[in-house]
Amino acid sequence: MMLSLGRMVAALSMVGLVMFCGQAWAVTADRPADAPPMSPVELALTQLTSEDESVRDAAIRTLVEQGDVSLLPQLEAIRANADRSIRQAIKPLMDSLKNRANLKSPSTDVRRSAATDLGSAGRAWAIPWLEAAAANEPNKWVRYTMEESAALLKLASDDQTIKAAAAEKLGELYSQNGVPAMKKLVAVGESAEATEPQKIVAKAAADSIHRIETWGAWSNAIETFFRAMSLSSVLLIMSLGLAIVFGLMGVINMAHGELMMVGAYATFVTQEIFKAYLPPSMFESYFLTAMPVAFLTAAAFGLALEATVIRFLYGRPLETMLATWGVSLVLMQAARVYFGDLTAVIAPTWLSGGAQVMVGVYLPFNRIFIIGLSIICVLAIYLLLFRSSLGLRVRAVMQNRNMSSCLGIPTRKVDAYTFAFGSGLAGVAGWALTLVGNVDPGLGQNYIVDAFMVVVTGGVGKLAGTIVASLGIGGLNKLIEPSFGAVYGKVFILVLVILFLQWRPSGLFAMKGRNADS
Amino acid sequence: MTEQKSFQNSIIYLDAVTVDYDGFKALNQLTFMVNYKELRVVIGPNGAGKTTLLDVICGKTKPAAGRVVFGQDKELIGKQADEIVKLGIGRKFQAPSIYGNLTVWENLDLSLKRNSKGVFPTLLGKSTAEERERIAQNLETINLKDYAYTRAGSLSHGQKQWLEIGMVILLEPSLLLVDEPVAGMTDKETEQTGQLLQSLAEHRAIVVIEHDMDFVRQIARIVTVLHEGTVICEGTVEKVQADDRVREIYLGRQKVAH
Amino acid sequence: MTASKESESLAPGGGGLAFWVVGFILLVAMPLLNVLPPEDSWLHLSDFSLNRFGKFLAFAILALGLDLIWGYTGILSLGQGVFFGLGAYCMGMHMMLTIGKESVYGSDLPDFMVWNQVKELPFFWKPFYSFPAAVIGAMLVPMLFALVFGFFAFRSRIKGVYFAIITQALALAAWLVFNRNDTNLGGTNGLTDFKQLIGYRLSDPGTQRVLYIVTVLCLGGAYLLCRWIIRSRAGRVLVAVRDSEQRVTFSGYTPANYKLFVFVVAAALAGLAGMLYAPQVGIITPAQIGVLPSLEMVIWVAVGGRASLAGAVLGAVSVNYGRSILTNYFPELWPFILGGLFVVVVLLFPDGLIGIMRKMKERMRTGKAAAASEGKR
Repeated sequence: MMLSLGRMVAALSMVGLVMFCGQAWAVTADRPADAPPMSPVELALTQLTSEDESVRDAAIRTLVEQGDVSLLPQLEAIRANADRSIRQAIKPLMDSLKNRANLKSPSTDVRRSAATDLGSAGRAWAIPWLEAAAANEPNKWVRYTMEESAALLKLASDDQTIKAAAAEKLGELYSQNGVPAMKKLVAVGESAEATEPQKIVAKAAADSIHRIETWGAWSNAIETFFRAMSLSSVLLIMSLGLAIVFGLMGVINMAHGELMMVGAYATFVTQEIFKAYLPPSMFESYFLTAMPVAFLTAAAFGLALEATVIRFLYGRPLETMLATWGVSLVLMQAARVYFGDLTAVIAPTWLSGGAQVMVGVYLPFNRIFIIGLSIICVLAIYLLLFRSSLGLRVRAVMQNRNMSSCLGIPTRKVDAYTFAFGSGLAGVAGWALTLVGNVDPGLGQNYIVDAFMVVVTGGVGKLAGTIVASLGIGGLNKLIEPSFGAVYGKVFILVLVILFLQWRPSGLFAMKGRNADS
Repeated sequence: MTEQKSFQNSIIYLDAVTVDYDGFKALNQLTFMVNYKELRVVIGPNGAGKTTLLDVICGKTKPAAGRVVFGQDKELIGKQADEIVKLGIGRKFQAPSIYGNLTVWENLDLSLKRNSKGVFPTLLGKSTAEERERIAQNLETINLKDYAYTRAGSLSHGQKQWLEIGMVILLEPSLLLVDEPVAGMTDKETEQTGQLLQSLAEHRAIVVIEHDMDFVRQIARIVTVLHEGTVICEGTVEKVQADDRVREIYLGRQKVAH
Repeated sequence: MTASKESESLAPGGGGLAFWVVGFILLVAMPLLNVLPPEDSWLHLSDFSLNRFGKFLAFAILALGLDLIWGYTGILSLGQGVFFGLGAYCMGMHMMLTIGKESVYGSDLPDFMVWNQVKELPFFWKPFYSFPAAVIGAMLVPMLFALVFGFFAFRSRIKGVYFAIITQALALAAWLVFNRNDTNLGGTNGLTDFKQLIGYRLSDPGTQRVLYIVTVLCLGGAYLLCRWIIRSRAGRVLVAVRDSEQRVTFSGYTPANYKLFVFVVAAALAGLAGMLYAPQVGIITPAQIGVLPSLEMVIWVAVGGRASLAGAVLGAVSVNYGRSILTNYFPELWPFILGGLFVVVVLLFPDGLIGIMRKMKERMRTGKAAAASEGKR
């Protein structure tokens, strides 16, 4: 049995070889008659399977120098039939050729990853390819990667002057990837038997490492800042609706998180409808369409919640908290029963990926989008509250409910509309959150306690309080997360908020004067 | 400013007190003084700073500048409200501030002056016969004898006002601050309240804030007129009513209002 | 003439007789029904039922404390689960240490520590070798924690919605910390697999019966303590704080001290409840102490009837009984019912079951009076 199998493999490989030779012959057959029967490439291909290692290496070298990606099918065929050591020898060759071809791909991502692969593969033959590609490369970051990879490869060179130059180049590029290799060079330079040129290389490497690490600290700081801003804006978008309702009615809506969930599911449903009923070309626009849908759906839920529960509990904030929490349980379970546990929204392509703004700093588009959205929301609320007649009424009711009612402002309606508006904002927050996480029934619960803290810290009645508190809590959270860890960071923030409330018991911007106690 | 001659005799003395609510000066360099066993009425248009004045004295509001001296030498600024109460200042609020879920008796019992109002003495404390006697007397004074075991929340508005006055009396304050005591009372109740305040003033100083000029005439000996956070006139009812600036403020305002 | 009336006016409903009747049923009748009738008799109360009821009564102890702070004083604490958890973990740690070599890994250390490659018992575990230390700790640790937290919260006059949210954040923070492995409290899986308590096997129905009786006695003691507080003058100050904190201040009391007092008492009762819960249920995990369980505790009191001690007990038992029935038969339905219960109770029955019972009693009385006057005519 075993024997017959072995024989079969042998036979098959024979067939393969014959086929391959046939092909090779077929190619040469097209050539002019005076050409030599075999080009160096073809020769090398046949020599690849040689038992003699030196012959094989020479063949690989030839193929690297003269070959291109069109050889891949042939190489694949050889590989399929060759034994293990030959397969291992051919693999890097094939990868190199593939990546070399990819360096000319129209996609920047493909070019970039090809350059990265070549750099990490450690084959010196890729240096000229990378340099040639870098010279013609239009994209800054792809060119950067090509240069970095070339320098990484040169760092492994035997020539100490090339090594030193490469180390210096890596320093100029602020390449984090070069640090481990350069650290080894430094170690070599420090050893007792180091030669003079090795010491020079070590010096260059040490300088570059220092340069890279300084840069790394900065880029880290910038990324931390960005993450902080991003979290702050998520918090801000979530807290805005909550804060407006709290300011107006003194009510903390515990179902606010679930209204966000409603907005997120509205986005999901919009996406599904686009998928099912509209041509694929329109799919990309589903996300923007979902925004008003999320707003209106959540606002409608809010309106219903106000009409059936909250209006009866006016002036009893603690009871309102409990009742709205009951509502949140019901909404959460309804979503769980209807939608199941995990549903994902596909971010539109224009929001996936990110922008590299400098070496080591990569900003995802969805986060940038959320930061922008939070700014837009704040502006919209500002305009609505301070530049519209509805806003004037809202502010009037906030300041003095009885007096407003005497002046003929329909305070009940103002309450209802404001609550609906706050709920709609929750919907928008839910819409935005689909970009950074899954849509699931627990979506609202994940962030909501943080949002409550923002509102409490920000205080009542002023937009600025909510903004500052979001920035403060979001910022601190990300700032202390690296040293404390996420969990202790949260605990630490709670302690800070309590200490802060020692100083300002009703938040940053508390109302003073007559209405302070009401 | 000749008033500064003798604050030795005053029970409460405010010196250049300023209260600032986000740029709005509710009290502006106010100087104000009340003597022992004096019944003083403070009047003034809305927003003149009347309630703020009482808030500053009883420690509810912290002034931005100035001094508040109680008796001879007790600085009040920086003290907590409950400490100030223990020094002997009682306050009746504009809106009746009573315990709606307790009976009238319990309301009074909690207010009664006691050696200690800490948690554990209160937890273990029992009323003495003498204390019960005082509460019973007090019930007579405030005309609520028949309501001793009624839930205070179910009293009429006027009765709540009296209950609160009764509660403050039981604290035995040497200075009583009363904010609009007759708002929402019938004429008869108003008159009774006036008599009550006058009899109380025999043993202690009282500062009353009031709008009702008939009531002011009934009880007042000296009236202080506040406007925009400062005293603009002080004297007998007649003197105040004859004062040009006072007329201007009130009449001027009326013109605007019409 | 007035002394008796004075002390009666706030007495919780039910009076003396009901207390003794309920006490007799819980303390004598139920254990006897468990022991005496043969197992197939309809009168027989299974070990499981008795044990489950013991758990509900432990919750009732917590509800009493919550009623003191929320029902009477008007302070909504959404962090009672934390104090419950502290009590339960104290007892749980003791029971973990008494497992000894019986554990899966046969180590003196609790299994999860072996699993997490902890070589030496963390210092804060060491006192819990002692049973008395565990019992005292189960109440003292929550009290101290409440004392520190409450001191800062009440001193700065954090109240109402603000206090509710801060305590909710506390529950979240505690939940996060207890979930961590590096705090050496068993992480997400909590403490479990207890074998014995002061030498008695927890798997023995007799031990569970004794635990049940201890729980009933503790509940009775907690009830009497709360009633004593409520009927004292300090109890009236608590109600006064709820009605008008301003007036309390201007009557010469320091409301913050009273709030702190009642917060600490409530924490002690929650810790006691947790201490009794752990051996009866056999497991304590962070899932019992987070935001949701803490909120659920509030609904016990709301359903039973705020500002009524009997209501708190009734609410804790009935909601948990309903829960254990419903999650068994309709697990998907329970959150709807719980959520709906919150809304309905808050909107329609602010005085809970006790309120409904009182109303019915009143209606019967007026009905009788009407009938009597009818008869006279």
